[in-house]
Amino acid sequence: MIITRRTFVKAAAASGAALVLPAAAPGAPPAPAMRAVPSSGEMLPAIGLGTWITFNVGDDPVLRDECAEVMAAFFAAGGRMIDSSPMYGSSQPVIGYGLEKLGRPEAMFSAEKVWTSSGPDGPAQIEQSRRFWGVPRFDLVQVHNLVAWETHLETLFAMKADGRIRYVGITTSEGRRHDLFEQIMRAHPLDFVQLTYNVVDREAEERLLPLAAERGMAVIVNRPFRQGALTRQLQGETLPDWAAEIGAKTWAQFILKFIVSHPAVTVAIPATTRVDHVRENLLAATGPLPDAAMRERMAAYVRDL
Amino acid sequence: MSEWWTYRLEDFLLFSPRVYWRMFELANAAFWPLHLLTLAAGLAIVLLVLLQPRRQGLWIALALAALFAFVGWSLLWSRYAVINWAIAYVAPAFGLQALLLVFGAARGGLAFDRRDLAGRFGLLIAVVGLVVYPLLPPLFGRPWANAEVFGIAPDPTAIATIGVLLAASGRLVPLLLAIPLLWLLLSGLTLHAMGDPQAWLPFLAAGATVAALTLRRIAR
Repeated sequence: MIITRRTFVKAAAASGAALVLPAAAPGAPPAPAMRAVPSSGEMLPAIGLGTWITFNVGDDPVLRDECAEVMAAFFAAGGRMIDSSPMYGSSQPVIGYGLEKLGRPEAMFSAEKVWTSSGPDGPAQIEQSRRFWGVPRFDLVQVHNLVAWETHLETLFAMKADGRIRYVGITTSEGRRHDLFEQIMRAHPLDFVQLTYNVVDREAEERLLPLAAERGMAVIVNRPFRQGALTRQLQGETLPDWAAEIGAKTWAQFILKFIVSHPAVTVAIPATTRVDHVRENLLAATGPLPDAAMRERMAAYVRDL
Repeated sequence: MSEWWTYRLEDFLLFSPRVYWRMFELANAAFWPLHLLTLAAGLAIVLLVLLQPRRQGLWIALALAALFAFVGWSLLWSRYAVINWAIAYVAPAFGLQALLLVFGAARGGLAFDRRDLAGRFGLLIAVVGLVVYPLLPPLFGRPWANAEVFGIAPDPTAIATIGVLLAASGRLVPLLLAIPLLWLLLSGLTLHAMGDPQAWLPFLAAGATVAALTLRRIAR
């Protein structure tokens, strides 16, 4: 399904995920746009922080401090959601190090995953992840790439019922297993789904994003820059003059504005190792966002490059 | 893994090139000046192969065993596995290689006595691992601090070992070649996924060794 202006407005209203632009305090950086988690109404900034590759720095003290600086800049710019996985090497203890160093910011929304082919091992893995982060509980735990999803979903819904996590989700990436993903979305009361979506990878627009809006599920968008390949590809290209109409000063902001302006999208989680990039990313969720017609223009422009 | 055919090599890369090379930098800083000892051990191994004194097989095998055990523990298990969980399954192979070398030494089943073309070519490969590898960083635009040194880093250790083994005879030799060759394949794939031009070196070393073994077999 291609989004038209009419379906755009309709989906936004139906999903209850209408964009809220908070007023910024004088002198403070502009606050990012907020999106509602449909199942609770909780408001989250539309830009989060991914940790795939970027936070896997092992025990390197210099790089650990750099990650902590990225986290500090993220929170200072109004960010909340940090997403990780047991699959991401040392990312979890590196997040824990950063949180400890930053005095455990209360604003943080912790998004984790369970990733083990053994269903019974799920609870122990989640507990290990929790210790790495050093948090009392995770806000969200997702079944990573649908691995052993049936057993893990049982575990996660039981944990949610017990108040040990707040939200349950599933993830996929790069368009994999969308058929099964859709089946699970239809059959289970998920709070969040995580998938890949950007100005060139638009398969999710056809079924998953409309279904998330219909079923009242929040959407986390991973790999917004195709793991950096998209921004590298666009680096030598000129940003069109009309990008100024939506306040996009860089290609990264252009791409992020495209993503978070989809009415079904709740949070995009770009990953970065650079403080200036994390600030630039959060600024993408400030100012004007493209409407449906502008989104089509953006996609066509990138496609034709 | 579902839909495995949709995965690319890069999808298995969990870390950035910067983190990978800083791993060697930190290991070098932690172990310096042990490098002098490991390099001296490597040169001594080559001399033992050339001079063939009594019980050279025993000393060479024990020295290589100690170095494989050290690299497996200090670099693969303690550092690399932290950023790449798959290495936790690979590091024990270096321990196994050390055990196989000790076993070969104990049985007296290893003699580094081949002087055919493949054997001499093997010594050239060993010199590449010992001498050329530590000199690579500036050629690839990296600082000296992250140089890969024989006995500290896995690639030069594996390359020098397969070179020396090309000059060896004994029933264990094919078995002893397997782990270093597989490691070089894995390392080459990792560097390739990182887009690092140095990727061809481990591939070349492994390929040259297999070619030398094949030619030796044909020459028989």
